[in-house]
Amino acid sequence: MEAGFRILLLSAAVALAGCAGARSVEVPEPAADDESVPEVISPQVERRPIKPAKIDTENWEAGAFIGSLSVEDFEVNKVYGGRIAFHISEDFFAEAIFGRSDAGISSYERLSGSAPLLTDSEREFKYWSLGFGWNVLPGEVFLGGSRAYNSAVYLTAGAGSTTFAGDDRFTVTLGAGARLLLTDWLALHLNVRDHILEVDVVGTNKETHNFEATVSLTAFF
Amino acid sequence: MKSLLIGALLLLPFIAGAADGPVVTVAEPYLELRTGPGRGFPVTQVVKRGERVTVGKRRTDWFKVVDAAGRSGWVHRSRMLETLGETGSPLSVDDPRREDFGEHRRELGVLAGDFGGANVITIYGAFAFNPQLSAELRLSQILGSFSDGQMATIGLTHVFRPDWRIQPFAGLGTGVIDIEPKATLVQTESRTDQVAYASVGLKGYLSRRFILRAEFNKYVVFTDRDDNEEADEWKLGFAFFF
Repeated sequence: MEAGFRILLLSAAVALAGCAGARSVEVPEPAADDESVPEVISPQVERRPIKPAKIDTENWEAGAFIGSLSVEDFEVNKVYGGRIAFHISEDFFAEAIFGRSDAGISSYERLSGSAPLLTDSEREFKYWSLGFGWNVLPGEVFLGGSRAYNSAVYLTAGAGSTTFAGDDRFTVTLGAGARLLLTDWLALHLNVRDHILEVDVVGTNKETHNFEATVSLTAFF
Repeated sequence: MKSLLIGALLLLPFIAGAADGPVVTVAEPYLELRTGPGRGFPVTQVVKRGERVTVGKRRTDWFKVVDAAGRSGWVHRSRMLETLGETGSPLSVDDPRREDFGEHRRELGVLAGDFGGANVITIYGAFAFNPQLSAELRLSQILGSFSDGQMATIGLTHVFRPDWRIQPFAGLGTGVIDIEPKATLVQTESRTDQVAYASVGLKGYLSRRFILRAEFNKYVVFTDRDDNEEADEWKLGFAFFF
């Protein structure tokens, strides 16, 4: 016990002396501050920060379309609208479409000669849809012997709303299209879509298929 | 005025350079150029090791490049990452990774589902104050057999574990709902009420900047009648962060 205490005391004294010794040692001035000593090596390494390369990405596509829409029971009419797409990968894209048309007169109204079923504002057929597309058949098409254009046949499915006959109606839109790239950024589309919605104008609630064929011009940006 | 002009002149080469894209050196034995931005397009040109190509634009995972002789074609991202940039280091492209999910600032998405028996489609945008807490704006279109409606809400969402691949979250918010009964069924007036919600859900990282999101919301509609209305909502959808 006595010996252990002495060792502890002794080691404390040694440690203290060591500290005092260390304190008494003069710290030399840094060589760079001393003007009389020339620099042996001057480090001239330039840091080169790695930044992501600035590359123009063109994954968005926007454009307008025009065509014909067959509103079930209400004739075939001109339709026009817009389309925005975001290309997620070479296979898939997300798209938003919106369009409008004016429905015609049903054969019932024409034949019976009774009061019209819908007012003019109710005859407006307006829709929007959000969905996904799949480039199922990508490829090239040839015009003559010296021109080749990139193309793709794609399938789309979406959901949205249609305003027709005074109400907003839940709509499922299924379609297929062909895209032809005239240049790197300009594309011509041919589209066929089916807008499926329930309409209750003719008494009962019935599921209607409203087919649409359009041609559109879009730009990638 | 003069300094402004000089500054603009100094900036000009950088602007012009940015439009052209970076110049990279082929480091692998050769770089294959395809005729289109897709894996099925044929390889019609080959650029040898040591030659330089200029990167023009990018579409999804494909880069359009032009070599010194003016031949152009499309190269996949994986091949582009093997080329060397100006500094001699591999080309670095700004692609979001798994680690960025949870650290992101902004989120935009589309959800679809069921709102108390009616169909609902929602677009939402979120801005994160920090990895856990974000403000969310939601716009919904409700399409039912008896009534339609629009709803706009603003709320706060708390993500419990932003470092996980699948992140559970909870939220609270308030807004307005406008319900319009179907014209052909009942002749009642449309009404606008205040609404509040509590939500729980999951966000899962898919790939790149894409998120799969599923959520359940409990709504209380504060009507001016004797009783408030309640509605349950289930939704599933996609979102992307940036």
